[in-house]
Formats: sequence, structure tokens, C-alpha cells
Amino acid sequence: MEKTYETVIGLEVHVELATKTKIFCGCSTEFGGEPNTHTCPVCTGMPGSLPVLNKAVLEKAVAVGLATNCNITRKGKFDRKNYFYPDNPQNYQISQLYFPICRDGKVEIDVDGEKKFVRIHEIHMEEDAGKLVHDSFTDTSLVDYNRSGVPLIEIVSEPDMRSADEVIAYLDKLRLIIQYLGASDCKLNEGSMRADVNLSIRKKGEEKFGTRTEMKNLNSFKAIARAIENERERQIDIIESGEKVIQETRRWDDEKGYSYAMRSKEDAQDYRYFPDPDLVPIIVDDEFLDTIKRRQPELRDEKRIRYRDEFNIPDYDIDIITNSKKMADIFEETIALGAEPKKVSNWLMVETMRLMKEHDRDADDLSFSAKNLATLIDMVDKKVINGSVAKEVFEKIFTEDIDPEKYVEENGLKTVNDEGALTKTIEEIVAANPKSVEDYKSGKEKAIGFLVGQTMKAMKGKADPGEVNRILKEILSK
Amino acid sequence: MVITDETIYYVGILAKLFLSDEEKEQAKKDMSNMLDYVSKLDELDTENVEAMSHAFPVSNVFREDVVTNGDDRENMLANAPEERNGCYDVPKTFD
Repeated sequence: MEKTYETVIGLEVHVELATKTKIFCGCSTEFGGEPNTHTCPVCTGMPGSLPVLNKAVLEKAVAVGLATNCNITRKGKFDRKNYFYPDNPQNYQISQLYFPICRDGKVEIDVDGEKKFVRIHEIHMEEDAGKLVHDSFTDTSLVDYNRSGVPLIEIVSEPDMRSADEVIAYLDKLRLIIQYLGASDCKLNEGSMRADVNLSIRKKGEEKFGTRTEMKNLNSFKAIARAIENERERQIDIIESGEKVIQETRRWDDEKGYSYAMRSKEDAQDYRYFPDPDLVPIIVDDEFLDTIKRRQPELRDEKRIRYRDEFNIPDYDIDIITNSKKMADIFEETIALGAEPKKVSNWLMVETMRLMKEHDRDADDLSFSAKNLATLIDMVDKKVINGSVAKEVFEKIFTEDIDPEKYVEENGLKTVNDEGALTKTIEEIVAANPKSVEDYKSGKEKAIGFLVGQTMKAMKGKADPGEVNRILKEILSK
Repeated sequence: MVITDETIYYVGILAKLFLSDEEKEQAKKDMSNMLDYVSKLDELDTENVEAMSHAFPVSNVFREDVVTNGDDRENMLANAPEERNGCYDVPKTFD
């Protein structure tokens, strides 16, 4: 029964653009300020105030449009979307209905090797709303307008996705494109990227779409996957019991694992859009477009191809490293400082990943400098420190971005290269462990490991294990 | 143009206005007059005329992305009917 239905999904993705100021006024967009300290007459909708478009918003929106293969609207404008809600002090949101800045794009997604395109219907620019905190004690709502007027783009896809995996692949694709462009940090959990899922089901093979619902409040990839699965089941149950799906907006409660209706089509809002008379038309001419095109950085897909050509590292490593712009930047900068690509990749793939997990950090939050990693790799190459000391030093680089040369010097971690001293220590270890020596000599090659370990311990870890091995074998073969 | 009771009721909801029966009748008349006045434009052939949103031939007025406003919370909140904890305090509202 289940398998006879196909899920049809389209997405509305809101992305907060990484500008210094709001879309229509010179207030800071900085997150986390005291309530209402980043507000002015424009973003609180005072009568007589005049909004003026932030040029960086247009530039970033066009950059995202170009990177997602959209047509850029050459003559655009803003419209007012009217609704009453206290998060919106103007009683209208400035948005774009009639001439959105970008149209008819597409991005390619890859789910387990299956490639397909997801078409983008349009991308429009708009302003974010303020934040409400409901106070049950006083039975009132407290409003903070710091976020009011923060620039957003809304990316509207066509209903081209058929599973949660495709939805996640599409969102990840958008995230990477936008992060690489530097247009936003795209964090679902912090709300700088928000996805509303439009979902309907239909019998397989049928062409006509079913009635769709819109799901809001999805704050993680996991929540999105769960909500899609749950909504698919809910709609199948409704249809199987002979009833009809109602077109409505639903809110997902991820803790409880179910959704509830917020508003239905019967009381659907009539937004009475009309052109905003305060904002003049936007003409995107060839010169503007060429400037943005010239500025487009190398995007992830191009980077992956180049890495394959330039550096001899596995595809798996390439995928992980380029999965974060931050990590790819560290990788390239470290190589530019003279480190061998394979070695840089190893530090990122093994120790960095381990520490990220341990410190519960995202690749985008990496804060160590390429210079310190390059120096560390050089110190290992030159045998100034050994591998295990290097790991210890790297942890300090990862957490505090320390200068490895200085740190090794101050903490006396340099490998002891005095062969006389090393030989003396090894002779003592050999003399103190006749059993292991006997084992080794009778063919138990593994016994040498214990002797190396004892020597390293005696040297407080500051010897070159290769060198210890060599001298040990020499002594034992006597 | 005749304005029906349903239209006045609907517009009232959208505008969050609570009109008495008397006011509704007056609003019907006013709205009818306005629409009649504007409908004069229907006499013109606008087939190939681009929709106009602005009276002046001005485009591309931009602002550079530079912070120009500081913290002016005290002044901003001076306009609030009620204020608490640096926030506008309004009747409880839900999604």
C-alpha cells in the first residue's frame, strides 16, 4: 500500500544575508545585541521614514541567482505584503511579488550517485521580522525589533523532490553554494537558513498533484527528514480512509514528533500586494551583472574537480574538505605555505575531525590558522618533534591556535637527537628486560614493541620512534 | 458600483476595523464613490502600456553597507504604548 504512493516536495528556503547593515537602513545586523538596540525609525515602521536599499543585498542576491543558474531580472521592484502581526511594525513586509530578482534556475543534486536537477522557480529579496517572546506570567508578548529589516532571500523551488534524502541533498547544495559565495553562513539551528516544506502525495504514475500542506519550524536536517516522513504517513492515512487532505500550514514539533495545523485555506490571508512607492525600481544593467560575475569565487563543484587534478588525495577526502568553505580555505592556505597536500589532508581528516567531534564543533567554526598547521607539519618533516608530540601540539593549535615552535620550545618537547644519550637509555632498557630480549631473539618480533615503548617512556616521549627502533635492532643483533 | 455587505465585512476583517451598522452603510457609499471615480480610467486603452509604480523616472537608489545608526533604544521605545525589559510590551499574540 505504502509503496504505491509518491511524495512530491517543493521547498521555500529563507536565507539571512551576511551584510553588515539591514536591508533598508543603516542599523547593524549583528546577532545577540540587547533588545531593540539595533533599531531606528525605518526598521520599526515609523510614519514618514524612508527605506533605501542596501546595495550589498542586491549584489548578494544576484550572486546567488547566478550560482544557481537563474535568469536575473533586469528591471525589478519591491512590493508590500500586508498583514497584521506585532513582529512586523509596518503592518506590511517589503518583499518582491511581481518581479523577483531571479527566476528559472536549477541546481544539480546527487543522492547515492543518482543525479538530478531541482528547478528553482524564483529568488526574491525581502526583510526579516522582529522576535516575539510570549510571557505567560503577564499574559503579554515582548517584542524585539533587532531582527526586523535584516535582509533575506527566499529561494522557491519547483515541486521536484521525491524524498527526504533529495530534500537534504538540495538544502546542502544551496548551503554550500551560498557559503562559498560568502552570502550567508546558512545555519539551520541558528535560523540564518530556514526551510518550509510543501508536501503532497499522489498515486505512482499519476500526473496530477495532490493537495499539499506547508510545514514550518524545521530547525535541523534531522527534523526535516522526520517531518517529511511523518507528513507523508499522515496524508496516506487520510487518503486511505477515504478523506481529503486539507491545504493548510502546519507546525512541526520535533520533540513530540508530530505536526499541528496553524491556519487553513479557509482563513487564508489576503496579502493585498502592491508596489512599494517608497522604493524606486531596480535596473540591473550589463555592467552591474559583469561586475558580480567577475567577482564570483570558485564554487564547491569546481573546487572538487581542481583538487582531483592538482592534489593526489582520495575523493573521499576531497568531499569532506570541500564540504566546508572554512576547511577548504585552511587546506589551500596550508599548502600555499609549502606543506604537502596529502599531509595537510591527513591532519584535517584524522586529528581535526576527531577534535571537532570531541569539542562538538562544526567545520565552519574552525578557528586555527593555516600558518600554525604548516609550521607543525614542517617540524614533523624535519624531525624536530615526533608524531605523538605533534598530535599533542596540534590539539593546542586546534583549541587555542598556539604557535607550535614557541610551544614546543617552552614545554621542552623537542625530540632528543643525541644518539649517545639515546643509545645509553636503550642499553639500560635492554638490560632491565631480559625476558623481552629473549622473546625477541627466539623469533617473537612483536616483543620489540614493548622495548620501544619502554624507551619512549624513559625518554618522556621525546624520541624519534624510528630511530629508537633502529638502534634497538642494532643492539639486539649484537 | 454596488458594494455588497459581504465586501464591507471582508474589508473590515482585513483592516481590523469594527464598524457599527451605520458606519458600514456609510463605508459602502464611500467605497462605491471611490471606485466609480477610479473606474474612469477603464475608459482608456492601456493594452500596451507598462504598469507604473512610480511617478518619477528614478531608479537604482542605493545605500552602501555601512553601519550609520547607533543604539537609540530609549528614543525608539519612547513611542511604545507599553515598555518592559527594553522591549515593546503588547497584548499576547500567537502564530
